[in-house]
Amino acid sequence: MAISVSLTVNGKPVTADIDPRTLLVEFLRTHLGLTGTHVGCDTGQCGACTVHVDGQAIKSCTILAVQAQDAAVTTIEGLAAADGTMHPMQAAFKECHGLQCGFCTPGMVMSAIDLVERHPKASEQTIRDELEGNLCRCTGYHNIVKAVQQGAAAMGK
Amino acid sequence: MGATEQGVIGQSIRRKEDYRFLTGAGQYTADVYPQHHSHAYFLRSPHAHAKIRHIDTTKAKAAPGVLAVFTGADLTGVNGLPCGWLITGTDGKPMNEPPHPVLAQGKVRYVGDHVALVVAETPNQAKDAAELIDVDYEVLPAVVNCVEALKPGAPQIHDGAPGNKCYTWALGDKAAVDAAFASAAQVSKLDIVNNRLIPNAIEPRAAVATYNRADDSYELYVANQNPHVERLLMTAFVLSLPEHKVRVIAPDVGGGFGSKIYLYAEETAMVWASKRVNRPIKWVAERSESFVSDAHGRDHVTHAELALDKSGKFLAMRVHTTANMGAYLSTFASCIPTILYATLLAGQYTTPAIYAEVTASFTNTAPVDAYRGAGRPEATYVVERLVHQAAVDTGIAQDEIRRRNFIRSFPYQTPVALTYDTGNYDATLDEAMKMADVAGFATRKAEAATRGTLRGIGYASYIEACGLAPSNIAGALGARAGLFEAGEVRVHPTGSITVFTGSHSHGQGHETTFAQIVAARLGVPVENVDVVHGDTGRVPFGMGTYGSRSLAVGGTAIVKALDKIVAKGKKIAAHLLEAAEADIEFKDGKFTVAGTDRSKTFGEIALTAYVPHNYPLDKLEPGLDETAFYDPTNFTYPAGTHICEVEIDPDTGVVQVANFVACDDFGNIINPMIVEGQVHGGLTQGIGQALLERCVYDPESGQLLTGSYMDYAMPRADDVPSFKVGTKVTPCTHNPLGAKGCGEAGAIGAPAAVMNAVHDALAAAGVKYLDMPASPHRVWQAIQSAKKS
Amino acid sequence: MYPFELTRAKTVAEAASALGTTGGKALAGGQSLIGAMKLRLAQPGTLIDLSGIPELKGIKKEGDAVVIGAMTRHAEVASSAVVKGAIPALAALAQGIGDRQVRNMGTLGGSLANNDPAACYPAAVLGLGATVITNKRRIAADDFFKGMYETALAADEIITAVSFPVPRKAAYAKFANPASRFALVGVFVAQTGSGVRVAVTGAASSVFRAKALEEALGRSFTAEAAKAVKVPATGLNADLHASPEYRAHLIPVMAARAVAAAG
Repeated sequence: MAISVSLTVNGKPVTADIDPRTLLVEFLRTHLGLTGTHVGCDTGQCGACTVHVDGQAIKSCTILAVQAQDAAVTTIEGLAAADGTMHPMQAAFKECHGLQCGFCTPGMVMSAIDLVERHPKASEQTIRDELEGNLCRCTGYHNIVKAVQQGAAAMGK
Repeated sequence: MGATEQGVIGQSIRRKEDYRFLTGAGQYTADVYPQHHSHAYFLRSPHAHAKIRHIDTTKAKAAPGVLAVFTGADLTGVNGLPCGWLITGTDGKPMNEPPHPVLAQGKVRYVGDHVALVVAETPNQAKDAAELIDVDYEVLPAVVNCVEALKPGAPQIHDGAPGNKCYTWALGDKAAVDAAFASAAQVSKLDIVNNRLIPNAIEPRAAVATYNRADDSYELYVANQNPHVERLLMTAFVLSLPEHKVRVIAPDVGGGFGSKIYLYAEETAMVWASKRVNRPIKWVAERSESFVSDAHGRDHVTHAELALDKSGKFLAMRVHTTANMGAYLSTFASCIPTILYATLLAGQYTTPAIYAEVTASFTNTAPVDAYRGAGRPEATYVVERLVHQAAVDTGIAQDEIRRRNFIRSFPYQTPVALTYDTGNYDATLDEAMKMADVAGFATRKAEAATRGTLRGIGYASYIEACGLAPSNIAGALGARAGLFEAGEVRVHPTGSITVFTGSHSHGQGHETTFAQIVAARLGVPVENVDVVHGDTGRVPFGMGTYGSRSLAVGGTAIVKALDKIVAKGKKIAAHLLEAAEADIEFKDGKFTVAGTDRSKTFGEIALTAYVPHNYPLDKLEPGLDETAFYDPTNFTYPAGTHICEVEIDPDTGVVQVANFVACDDFGNIINPMIVEGQVHGGLTQGIGQALLERCVYDPESGQLLTGSYMDYAMPRADDVPSFKVGTKVTPCTHNPLGAKGCGEAGAIGAPAAVMNAVHDALAAAGVKYLDMPASPHRVWQAIQSAKKS
Repeated sequence: MYPFELTRAKTVAEAASALGTTGGKALAGGQSLIGAMKLRLAQPGTLIDLSGIPELKGIKKEGDAVVIGAMTRHAEVASSAVVKGAIPALAALAQGIGDRQVRNMGTLGGSLANNDPAACYPAAVLGLGATVITNKRRIAADDFFKGMYETALAADEIITAVSFPVPRKAAYAKFANPASRFALVGVFVAQTGSGVRVAVTGAASSVFRAKALEEALGRSFTAEAAKAVKVPATGLNADLHASPEYRAHLIPVMAARAVAAAG
């Protein structure tokens, strides 16, 4: 039986009647057309689906959309300014070549922003430890770490 | 000349493709939502080996939302999936090539084998219906180990491959090798397992197949590395469809590493089904599905020996390898442990006599095919582990034994078919040693000992054959396809440029590097050059991206097209400037009459070509749009030295990579930032192979035990250090870019470097030999065994 | 996933009653349950969402115990000034569970009710001799963990909070499975009011107390004393990543590291 869910996504209120089974990532991608959040695994480990729910990094493949009831969700599409200017963390990833195929990137960037908010002046080791929930197969993480450091500095963290 | 003009060549220009990836605007296959599409789910075999007595799809077909259910019996007129490389055995006969059906016919041969296709309105409905398919299996014994499969009494997997043998193939001069061993002062030996890996690109495989009734055509979106090859194989060999009626689009693809080269059953069945269902059909693999059904990599068992004289000079090498093909031959499977493996056994060394014999066997496991490095990591591992062992056995220092055997005179004809064009192996070894501060190692080792840990250092001086491939050589070696590349440079009237390349970018940044090549040559801003790839409807042809070939072959095709653009431009300019064509020079975007200041800009020439009011129409067509096909004359030979330092905690067996240095020679470099990124990624996959990753099938049941990230250890950010990478340049002699390619080098050299370091560290604990992965458990077990003996 | 009904409970009583009548499962953070349901390994007909129940939240010091509400997220425990001040080992353990995204959703109550044999919290609860408080009763740690994924909870019983007595000294040392990053062996060591307690997770079908280590550390609370204990391999897990012998070897090694970290 369908269940009603109301939340805010990238600043816009959204209400829908959905199958309770609908994962948050499915809701974002299929119901709202926000395909920037990706699905890379089915054991909740790769982190490609990471979004912010009430300001915290969450794997959107491992929560039901209904668990985000009344929450404010931010996806990768909600980071850049209205005029298209990238968020400092997005800009840092480009500057530091912190992405190659781009598939893990939205989750990586969302996770990085959350990491930097919680760990100001994070050391390289802290960044590597705190990215445990985000897999990348292309970059070898070397430039991702640089990007996070540069993004943190640009964010004033 | 031309392509290496300065300006943007050699600049770390930030990537043009990044904005869409960073803002969630990438379009991957799973992001394609055609109107009114349906969903596919594949029922897969739960058994490693079984006869199918009967399949009853009645309940499934009646389930809610189901549009159709297809099994192998429905696919009349559909051929099996082809193998693109014919290996001829030592007996002169072609390899055994059993059928590879799109949906199982009478038998399933590995856990994950495709049994049925369900098409329904929603993914859940498709899955629910699949659970209602009743398959009556007669379970058979299974064999998963490539050596066990060849033994008498092993379960027989294919009627057409007696003893589960695909082929036995050999390369080299056995008599010369045997003679050299007979009189050698020193023989070093190793038994090596090259561990089976699962590529695990973060984007799972996906496809969207749409049939268009209006003109009886098809459109396939698929996460693939070579759409033209995909189209050719599917239409000509499997579905018997007119090639020009099928458009294959590989949009943004989230990593490939080889696993997305192949023609798979899923998209083939979906294209076939799309006409029957007359609705677009979409499929996105679940990760656990990818684990069982993507082509796996590596899986060799090898006995290798190196013969040396008393001064440490290599006299001969002999290698015997058994390679796992999996249950069916995947698209390039047969050439990986042969052509791309044995031909690299000379390494960077002057070993005069080499003999390799390779037997490939079928087992009840997923098909095995190219995975980043494709045969060259396996070869490098054999060579560099043997060299390490020989150094240990003779007491000669690791760097010294390599120097005593380096090739220094080029071109160099190896005893294993290939001719290296150029290289400087001393330069990369010397630089790597400086970068790794080898001189300070002894101090670091002593300090680690005070903390109770074991520190070791390991070298890998690797070489690879890339820039696949000269078609005539490939054909002579059994390739069923050419390996040229195509590039079209289309100048628009207003002077902006679109490049259509047969290469495909799934992370390699071609949209930027290829634009740099064009911008440099034509003197236009990089922003004015767009690179289009991955669409058979827009790109003339292409063999795709793998084998580190895109710059060397795809880039050169573009250079050849640019040559034609410039040549035509000169003709137009000569006409406009009323000069002889031979007097026209082209530099920095201007066509100038030599020795004068009379010139026309590239933009003026472009406009003239499309508005030919003052134009030699009697001699020249309007327009400025040139295509070139380029077939290389040789492979390219990137090479270098990796040095790894590890620290091992004997209490837990944990191996920490304390330091990793790579000094590589990739020839000329277009974008250093992109090259470094390729190296970082390859190194991490190589470290993953050495320390973390291992695909395991249960030897009794054939079940895949490492079926998810819960059990298959993927490298994470805290598993690897920051890397120190550097380059030396000896430009490739046979392409105008002087480029050798760089995509696979990290994965090729790193496993040997890491494991040589591990062996160096564990020598103090009495451990003589350890196979990959050197997981904490396996390291600890090795230390315990050494204590007992 | 298979289909299910979802109810959002507003009180503990409502949740417990719903569990009893529907035979469904409670949804806390969902980090284990949603995963199992996605793989079609779990098939609850009804999910009762606990996230809207206020009395399940909160961390407070009550006398010489820290009481943590069942719906408290791992990240909250990890960063709580109360927990860090009174039982820093517990905050550190919470900081090492899963990864940052999992810690933002996963809950104490959910982890304990699930009792994954490789989960970290069971080691803290057993190691500290905590009390699991439910809507019906208070269950001592020694009585709570029954077997693999099995606890003493009845079908309509909900964990509301856990009361952790403040130890004199404690620490947790985890050796992570390289793939899953769950505990391959995790040892929680504590000097409590009633003596030394050593709880081991990841090594067997459920968390257990390592008596030999408790006795040795009771005599001498030192890393050397822990390392000298031989733990038998019988009954320990064998899997792709570790043999029973390896786990048996790691238990005193990790216990020693925990003792050294406990100060």
